[in-house]
Amino acid sequence: MDAESAKSIGAAIAMGLGAIGPGVGLGILVSKSVEAIGRNPEASGKVQTVMILGLAFTEAIAIYALVVALIIKFV
Amino acid sequence: MEISLSAETLFHIWSFPVTNTLIVTVCVSCFLIIASVIVKKKLALIPKGLQNLLEFVIEAVLDLVDSVTQDREQSEKFFPLIATIFLFVIMSNWVELIPGLGTIGINEYSNGHAVFIPFIRSASADLNVTLALAVISVISVQVMGIAALGFFKYAGKFIVNPFHKPYVVGTFVGILELIGEVAKLISFSFRLFGNIFAGEVLLAVMLMLVPYFVPLPFLALEIFVGFIQALVFAMLTLVFLKMAVTETVH
Repeated sequence: MDAESAKSIGAAIAMGLGAIGPGVGLGILVSKSVEAIGRNPEASGKVQTVMILGLAFTEAIAIYALVVALIIKFV
Repeated sequence: MEISLSAETLFHIWSFPVTNTLIVTVCVSCFLIIASVIVKKKLALIPKGLQNLLEFVIEAVLDLVDSVTQDREQSEKFFPLIATIFLFVIMSNWVELIPGLGTIGINEYSNGHAVFIPFIRSASADLNVTLALAVISVISVQVMGIAALGFFKYAGKFIVNPFHKPYVVGTFVGILELIGEVAKLISFSFRLFGNIFAGEVLLAVMLMLVPYFVPLPFLALEIFVGFIQALVFAMLTLVFLKMAVTETVH
């Protein structure tokens, strides 16, 4: 297998596997915050703020995987 | 189609390479400064037009800062840094929506083959810019913490005496906090860089595949992502500032 195809396969595996964890994590995060808003609609502003913060942290893990995939493919 | 991870240099000024993101950064800063100077010249008590819009933005960000610090005086101390980070990052994120991104440029020859160098590239899609912003955030968090608590009390969060209450566990937690500060640097810079660079690549691929109408939802997504990333950068800096100036209760 030559270097070009190995790079492509490596990039694909890196991004694919790296998206599983954050995907599950984001689903759990948003479902719990929607539940919290449903229970207590007055606190929706606070819950929304904390949810956006958690969203950023979790999304960042997927972004790290994306950066690794891009480095494998293009550098 | 060419995607380059690092920003491309356009020309050199006495062996200092000027990249396209450097020019975009200068343009965004000039735009923000000129907008504020124009509004300041004719400040009216009843705002209208551009002044109204800027007052709305400033009030929105001040309320956001208030919601985390719960203290008006502290918000006014943190506000300049947080608002500058927010406005600069949101403007440079939205540069990637300008038509002509990545397509209007010059062909240069290097290493024997032709390389295309675009004129416009979003400033946050350059790891140097995001790393610089992350360094500013982390260092200002440390400086504010030392200013609020004093050097020894602030260092006491990281270097815990192993002979006091939580014994050796406390020392390890302190060392982990120290490593966490370095991790914040890396995480800030890569989160912003990854989001905006991936957005640029996504838009380029979409526009290459189907140039009409289909990229519209992706453009809307990029508007949203640009706003969210700016908000997250500013809010995380704010949260770390707040955590640094509060004393730990034992």
